[in-house]
Amino acid sequence: MKLVRSFNASRISGVILAYTALLFGALIASPAYAEYGLNFKTPVTEIAHIEYDLHMLILYICIAIFVVVFGVMFYSIYAHRKSKGSVAAKFSHSTNAEIIWTVIPIIILVTMAIPSTEALIRMEDTTNSDMTVKITGYQWKWHYDYMDHDVEMFSSISTPRAQIENKQEKGENYLLEVNNHVVLPINKKIRLLITANDVIHAWWVPELGAKKDAIPGFINEIWTKIDKPGRYRGQCAELCGKDHGYMPIVVDAVTEEEFEAWVQKQKQG
Amino acid sequence: MENTGIASSNRKTSRWLLLFVVGMFGFGYALIPLYDVFCEIVGVNGKGIQIDTSNQSLAINRDRTIAVEFTGSIMGGLPWDFSPAKKVFVHPGETVRVAYLATNLASTDVTGKAVPSISPTKATRYFIKAECFCFNNQTLAADEQKEMPLVFKVDNDIPESVKTITLSYAFFRAEETEAGDTSS
Amino acid sequence: MTATTADHHDDHHDHHPSGIGRWLFSTNHKDIGTMYLWFSFCMFIIGGLMALIVRAELFMPGLQLVTPHFFNQMTTNHALIMIFGAAMPVFVGLANWQIPMMIGAPDMALPRLNNWSFWLLPPAFTLLIGSLFSPGGAPAGGWTMYPPLSIQTGMGMDMAILAMHMMGISSIMGSINIIATILNMRAPGMHLMKMPMFVWTWLITAFLLVTSIPVLAGAITMLLTDRHFGTQFFDAAGGGDPVMFQHIFWFFGHPEVYILILPAFGVISQVIPTFSRKPLFGYSSMVFAVAAIAFLSFIVWAHHMYTVGMPLAGELFFMYSTMLISIPTGVKIFNWVATMWRGSMTFETPMLYAIGTVFLFSIGGFSGLMLAITPSDFQYHDTYFVVAHFHYVIFGGTITGAFCAVYYWLPKWTGHMYDEKLGKIHFWLTVIGMNITFFPQHFLGLAGMPRRIPDYSLQFTEFNMMSTGGALLLGLSQILFLYIVMKAIKGGEKATDQVWDGAEGLEWTLPSPPPAHTFTTPPLVK
Repeated sequence: MKLVRSFNASRISGVILAYTALLFGALIASPAYAEYGLNFKTPVTEIAHIEYDLHMLILYICIAIFVVVFGVMFYSIYAHRKSKGSVAAKFSHSTNAEIIWTVIPIIILVTMAIPSTEALIRMEDTTNSDMTVKITGYQWKWHYDYMDHDVEMFSSISTPRAQIENKQEKGENYLLEVNNHVVLPINKKIRLLITANDVIHAWWVPELGAKKDAIPGFINEIWTKIDKPGRYRGQCAELCGKDHGYMPIVVDAVTEEEFEAWVQKQKQG
Repeated sequence: MENTGIASSNRKTSRWLLLFVVGMFGFGYALIPLYDVFCEIVGVNGKGIQIDTSNQSLAINRDRTIAVEFTGSIMGGLPWDFSPAKKVFVHPGETVRVAYLATNLASTDVTGKAVPSISPTKATRYFIKAECFCFNNQTLAADEQKEMPLVFKVDNDIPESVKTITLSYAFFRAEETEAGDTSS
Repeated sequence: MTATTADHHDDHHDHHPSGIGRWLFSTNHKDIGTMYLWFSFCMFIIGGLMALIVRAELFMPGLQLVTPHFFNQMTTNHALIMIFGAAMPVFVGLANWQIPMMIGAPDMALPRLNNWSFWLLPPAFTLLIGSLFSPGGAPAGGWTMYPPLSIQTGMGMDMAILAMHMMGISSIMGSINIIATILNMRAPGMHLMKMPMFVWTWLITAFLLVTSIPVLAGAITMLLTDRHFGTQFFDAAGGGDPVMFQHIFWFFGHPEVYILILPAFGVISQVIPTFSRKPLFGYSSMVFAVAAIAFLSFIVWAHHMYTVGMPLAGELFFMYSTMLISIPTGVKIFNWVATMWRGSMTFETPMLYAIGTVFLFSIGGFSGLMLAITPSDFQYHDTYFVVAHFHYVIFGGTITGAFCAVYYWLPKWTGHMYDEKLGKIHFWLTVIGMNITFFPQHFLGLAGMPRRIPDYSLQFTEFNMMSTGGALLLGLSQILFLYIVMKAIKGGEKATDQVWDGAEGLEWTLPSPPPAHTFTTPPLVK
């Protein structure tokens, strides 16, 4: 009980801050609110960079259109009100205006479509990979098979039940910790083959920009090439039954030497 | 007078719409074969693997080498273990024989069935199987270990960009045994 | 368009059954409309309570109130009840009340069918809600019912499938009725291109319904036979494919989204001209835009499934076709703004709701455009960003559009003005509550919170708390709505026939409230 209360107290100021953050929605990139996660996590792969840049581009275009259109609307609401003595005009169509606001959006869409198409083609290119890891979703854990290294393992959540049931204070990486981390070398093009054993799951690590459905009976593939060593956490992204919220993913990106050492250790152990 | 006119056109309209509704219900079912055709054309989900048992030899292109990897998964409810064939390097046109090794861990006969899937999908149509254990029920006696052969070749026309092909089999418990288990 | 004859009805040949019989056997479009509206409000409250259970569990990390399995039942049933029980029936109710009055018809084309299509709904939803008490509980695999997960569910799934078949039949009958009414029952002179926009949007919506609902019926029938009769449509072991279900489902599912929003667009297109005292801008382009949206809705479905592993060409096709939808949608929004431009605006509650709908729907529209972009969708897919998106569209568009319609036509239906001050308070509470609930969910999604999880890591706490607070405000505000409606039914300032001084159209030539039978002799539309 006491635990819950102290937890609340520490959060209340957070909520107030977050409300403030909302009011200044434009400050999305502001580092001051970074801890509340207003935007994508810092990308660490080429694909995640592509996704991030495209996301920001489209977001800014949308905000710009939004400001213009609703600027006009709210100006009209302010200026053309009966209480200010506005008398209704009689016009009910204007071919020119209608052509303009059909053509301009088309141009904007084309400018969005071009980088999106390029990005997609880049992302779907899984050729010339250096190694392959096969990932299989189970209810409710992941199985990893390093096909070129003869290493395989299951990986399941390691957050204690007591934390989930509020009997113990929650750790920093509550719900995002597993018993066996997926160790991957940096600067290698890694092909991920994704499938499932029972129902559909989806393997997702936001920092890698990798998300793909794991479909029982069939394999999907994506690729990743991690730029920076680090620990990246993700979750299952497709509803897969009662413990869908409890099948996290932890990727350890390490140097090639460390990776080789890890592989050796796995083989002996 | 006019009212009966409206009533009859209402009946006519609803008859047409009802017919249309029935048609759309059928269309939902028609999507299944349409989707299969679509999958075969683009090679999604292992559909579209070419089958050629004639053993006709193709011209072998020695200038290209393609890695073919094998993997698989045992689906829930099938008490089997398997080891996939080792990775092979093939020239397009060359006929290759590999084998999966399946083991029945149960102390009774168990029937299983393998469903193939190929990645990348664009390679599917160029993968030609001459002999395969897929889609056929395979019964393993208790503790039996069995080699499951696969004879295949890769078509010469396979796109340049494909350098690795992965063939995956999902081993399911076959329907007959399952039906026998669950229905009473 | 004006009616030359303010029709005075004669009901001497009419007998009014009283008590429950009036409602049970009613074939009167107004009574059936009323029943639809009340039914959808009940479902709105039940679905809303389920949402509050979901939000309450998500107030803090950790499991406090419900088990994950029950949580999944709540999210699934919240969606099914809100979509099929609240959002669709409320507009069928509006169609029943308004379409005959707006096109100068005495009633719906097929009154008895109308009665059946309503009375299928209560048993259907009893069955659906009853599935909560079945062994294994209600469906918990999401309203999208993806197999193989939905194959695993207990008999609750079968009850839900049966319930959805009943809702589907009800919708199809309702749509046939609406199409027949609009095509055959218009007053002389009411040409198609003279019809009010609300009637146009419903005509197109009804066509969407008769096209897409049978496909859903097919999909859930296949699910049922896969579950019990040994078919393997969606099972890889039998040569089927689980992804196949997603294709069929979304072939229905995407038009369904427009089924929910188009009638709301129709309402907005009635209300904005009324309170701007200016004719609707670009009427014919509005009609074409609605038709274009309806057509495009059938070729964009796979944008719901970018991550299933489609071939590149497929992903590109669905990305382009989805982006295209923003053009007719944009045309509609620009036309509404142009209708307001240089008008003489007043801001009674319906107008506030109309503006609110345009504004909130646009936010959902923009996030929809972002979701259309396949590469970035790989990050958004199945996160709270999607949840925020579709609540802006369905709550911000459909539900606020329905509130807009109720405030707009309530004086006509009851003969009394509602309490304007309370109406405005309800508007602001709803809009503020809605934004506090759903805006933070954008950030949650971008920061990486998957949807449909009962528990989350600590970084998501603040925004979830905020969202839950907003949901409580949003939910409680609806009690005020009920009070306002009850008050207007019981009494209040007498409404004039025209009600709003800028209102035009046949329904405003009738007395407020209109007698049970109207336009028994068709008015002449000039």
